[in-house]
Amino acid sequence: MRGWVGILALWAVVGGSTTALANELRPSGKLLLTQGVSTVEGSAGGGLASWALIAGYETRDGIGANVHATRVELPDYRFTAYGAAVGLYDRFELSYTRQAFDTQGTGAKLGLGKGFTFHQEVIGAKLRVLGDAVYDQDRWTPQVAVGAQFKKADKGAVISLLGGKHDEGVDYYVAATKIFLKQSLVLNGTLRATKANQTGLLGFGGPNSDAYHAEFEGSAALLLTRKLAVGAEYRTKPSNLGLKEDDWMDVFAVYAINKTVSVTAGYADLGEIATFKGQRGLYLSLQAGF
Amino acid sequence: MIRILTIAVIIGIATPTLAQPTPAEAPVDAYVQSNANAGTTPLADDRVFKAFHGKAGVDRVVDELVDLSVADPRTADIFKAIDLVRLRRTLKEQICYLLAGPCDYTGRDMASAHKDLGIQRADFNALVENLQIAMDHEKVPFRAQNQLLAKLAPMQRNIVRR
Repeated sequence: MRGWVGILALWAVVGGSTTALANELRPSGKLLLTQGVSTVEGSAGGGLASWALIAGYETRDGIGANVHATRVELPDYRFTAYGAAVGLYDRFELSYTRQAFDTQGTGAKLGLGKGFTFHQEVIGAKLRVLGDAVYDQDRWTPQVAVGAQFKKADKGAVISLLGGKHDEGVDYYVAATKIFLKQSLVLNGTLRATKANQTGLLGFGGPNSDAYHAEFEGSAALLLTRKLAVGAEYRTKPSNLGLKEDDWMDVFAVYAINKTVSVTAGYADLGEIATFKGQRGLYLSLQAGF
Repeated sequence: MIRILTIAVIIGIATPTLAQPTPAEAPVDAYVQSNANAGTTPLADDRVFKAFHGKAGVDRVVDELVDLSVADPRTADIFKAIDLVRLRRTLKEQICYLLAGPCDYTGRDMASAHKDLGIQRADFNALVENLQIAMDHEKVPFRAQNQLLAKLAPMQRNIVRR
């Protein structure tokens, strides 16, 4: 509960100050919702999947930015992420996110100690290489971006005990996003090369494999109003550790109150994590920016 | 005060056209009129046109779009040098035509019509937002709104010039 209050307080403070800032500058030039939302890894996307959209509400003529706070409440764990992203000229995106994976009471059962928390820092860079998701309505071509996520987990010793080969790694991805205005539909497909275990929280590589694997992230969203979209996502993951690792999926609704603040609420199914099955729960993400 | 009234009366007499109910458009350089100037082809059928409540609805949407955009601090400067009478007429024609309504577009092509306006992406999007407000007021369903926007969005390439 205290975590939620903290997230709400941060949101209120940042939302308030960015509103003031946005009023000083020229109002944000992109259309509502066309920057996507913040993913758990900090890049602009759909929540679990990184998309080709560039963070922030600025067009090719300016610089946009946002901060986010994300929480996933699971039966045996609690996932939290805070981060910030900057979008330069709707071309290049830089992001930083710090994730915390709190094992809560489960930590004791795993022999790690109650409240043992894995952290991971993710620095992301993304470059839009072709197309425009919004304007190219007369072409089939999507907006395409390439990206890299530099990840550093903090519990190297435990990761080694679990069989993880590294406590840091780099994911590379190519994402294609298209808004089909005629159908009020948004589709995204992402190919990711990764060695990450549970996206890196449990390190990189393991006894099963220490090679890069090609994984897929797919998202579909329906635009219901200018401010509201609902969607679903699916993300495949490698299984490098001796521990079973499942694909991730979610359903979500995003509501943009305005170009300053938006809230994403959903239900995420993260499958089995470190021998604890059925990790499903509420996903909530707050974003503020310009 | 009396002098101002006198001047007003003189101007009124000297320029009787001002008293006409429909204001005149300023003359423009000659160009070839064609529906090809509308920027793209119309929708396949008139379902969206009906969702806009026909010609009268399109006219209301365009009038509000122009009113909003002229008053909008983001876009007001762009409209200062524009013949709003002509703009309203040609925009109404264009949207009616694109929605497969019974209209022909008689305006200029998108590139020449916006040539020296210095429009940026953010200006284009501000206009889209005002159009969305106007369509909401006309109670055009969201999905029908997006069918029009899908037709207009690619025109950004010929409208945004810097």
